[in-house]
Amino acid sequence: MKKTYKIEVDCANCANKMEEAAKRTAGVKDATVNFMTLKMIVVFEEGQDPKAVMKEVLKNCKKVEDDCEIYF
Amino acid sequence: MNKKQKKMLIRILITVALIIPLSLLPLRGTLQFVLFLIPYLTIGYDILKKSWKGIRNKQVFDENFLMSVATIGAILLGDYKEGVAVMLFYQIGELFQSYAVGRSRKNISELMDIRPDYANIERNGSLEKVDPDEVAAGSVIVVQPGEKVPIDGVIVEGSTTLNTSALTGESLPRDVSVGDEIISGCINMSGLIRMQTTKEFGESTVSKILDLVENSSSKKSKSENFISKFARYYTPAVCYSALALAILPPMIRMIFLDSDPAFGTWIYRALTFLVISCPCALVISIPLSFFAGIGGASKEGILIKGSNYLETLSQTKVVVFDKTGTMTQGVFEVNGIHHSKMEAEKLLEYAALAESASSHPISKSLQRAYGKPLDRSRVTDVEEISGNGITAKVDGVSVAAGNAKLMTRLGIDYVECHHAGTVVHIAIDGSYAGHILITDLLKPHAADAVSRLRKCGVRRIVMLTGDSKMAANQAAKELQIQEVYSELLPGDKVAKVEELLASKSEKEKLAFVGDGINDAPVLSRADIGIAMGALGSDAAIEAADIVLMDDDPLKIAKAIQISRKCIRIVYENIYFAIGVKIICLLLGAVGIANMWAAIFADVGVMILAVLNAIRALFVKKL
Repeated sequence: MKKTYKIEVDCANCANKMEEAAKRTAGVKDATVNFMTLKMIVVFEEGQDPKAVMKEVLKNCKKVEDDCEIYF
Repeated sequence: MNKKQKKMLIRILITVALIIPLSLLPLRGTLQFVLFLIPYLTIGYDILKKSWKGIRNKQVFDENFLMSVATIGAILLGDYKEGVAVMLFYQIGELFQSYAVGRSRKNISELMDIRPDYANIERNGSLEKVDPDEVAAGSVIVVQPGEKVPIDGVIVEGSTTLNTSALTGESLPRDVSVGDEIISGCINMSGLIRMQTTKEFGESTVSKILDLVENSSSKKSKSENFISKFARYYTPAVCYSALALAILPPMIRMIFLDSDPAFGTWIYRALTFLVISCPCALVISIPLSFFAGIGGASKEGILIKGSNYLETLSQTKVVVFDKTGTMTQGVFEVNGIHHSKMEAEKLLEYAALAESASSHPISKSLQRAYGKPLDRSRVTDVEEISGNGITAKVDGVSVAAGNAKLMTRLGIDYVECHHAGTVVHIAIDGSYAGHILITDLLKPHAADAVSRLRKCGVRRIVMLTGDSKMAANQAAKELQIQEVYSELLPGDKVAKVEELLASKSEKEKLAFVGDGINDAPVLSRADIGIAMGALGSDAAIEAADIVLMDDDPLKIAKAIQISRKCIRIVYENIYFAIGVKIICLLLGAVGIANMWAAIFADVGVMILAVLNAIRALFVKKL
């Protein structure tokens, strides 16, 4: 399953770091962060609950870049 | 400017207002330290906070850390002015960058401002605005002058002029009236129309295009991946080098040369090193260039699905065309009626009636040429022989209409046609009655498009077609294409493209251009699939990497030029930013470049790179 989320982040490098963090999160198969359109596209692994996974994604993103937000 | 940016601007202005008098006053000692701390904290408190949080979260090496260490170091060394200035300029650079990115985001979303906000539905004689999502297919909606067509449909009442420029980049307005199909995203310019929707909003052209545009640039190019990898290793590398620069030379001086270690000088150099090394210029300008390039292209009616395709497109050396619908109009017209044993009009009537049940473009053109309404009840016993033609009874008389194979099959002698085109032979009551020649016209810009492609460095141009050899060769001659393969089935086209892919080197890319109706497999097989005039053809929008919204073949060369310009800017920025930084790093290490040069290498380079990146948006004159 693939979902797109709106994000807020200030710098391009931070966006790269968020992408890395999202990819490392359990339940996430793949993730892309597009800094220019401020979007995060997450591909979830089979049978995962997006809401629960996204909570973890946000937690991991906050760790690498404090000043970020994901709307889900 | 948004709230955050305004707040930052105020902080910058306060800092500037504080630092000027402070640097002019003859201050000394603790008082100087305390007074300079005021502008320093005003401008840098959030950076310090962020880097502290970074350290706590074990994410030490980022720009905030670089800047904090460099400025705190400078202040501890007594270079108060430099310390504050580094932070100040860093923030100015960040503000500029965030403003520039915000502007181009806005700029590009305005370009693609085709999302309709509402649809008008008539209820009890008055118009009601509803969400386009709530309109079911088959409903009748009203589009007033000045409004966007919200959903694809057919006009049932009224006539008007449509502005399609947001969709196709074509500035010429289009006249439409009752019975015409219109697509969502066009702007109604003159008259009030009532239209019946044929799709739901989610399936309409405008939704498909918005989806494509909004998800583009999510597929990252090699250059972008390179930069994010680069940044990951680069920052820690510079930090350790700076540390080495601060410790090793003084140690060597102390132990081996037995002289003064000069810690102050070397720490200052190490701090300069840190300031120079901030990777912002690269990290921001590369994605910005691609974003601007894709945005500029979409303004011209060229939709690119990701920056990786932009990169591949710029390396295109081989272009393979489909003929029908790509280089020709794909509208067949009756061009002549030859060897008819009866009145030409009568022969056409028989042919049109016999083929009236078929939706093939050939039968459509016969019906168009006949021009009168067809009474289908006159036709009986229709039998379609795939790849041959049709046999049927018209007014009880048996009629056979089809190609030479059909005539051979029925054992009827026929006369070969000397002209290029599609020939429909007609036999009535078992004897030959003549043939009708149908041709497809070249698009007005087709020949020009081929010569432009050659001019922009395409080495090999090949045309593939399912059409007859004669028609293919004639079109190729007019277009001045030397390589042409005709009478291919869709599967043959894939095989041919694979052959061509194998015969070129890895660095040269092959683009296939098709009208997208039956070319989906080839479009996805080629390095780059370009679908033309794809409005309304969902399969093509899915299969292609690049979608040309109108069907002008000149846009192919234009797309290649846009991609080249964008890639050129990307490389300019990579070389420029890395080049200046390396030079400044070397100069800084040996003590020639001071903190001010470092600020230029950081903020100046970033501003220049961002300005250069925005250039990719301007593609009109290419």
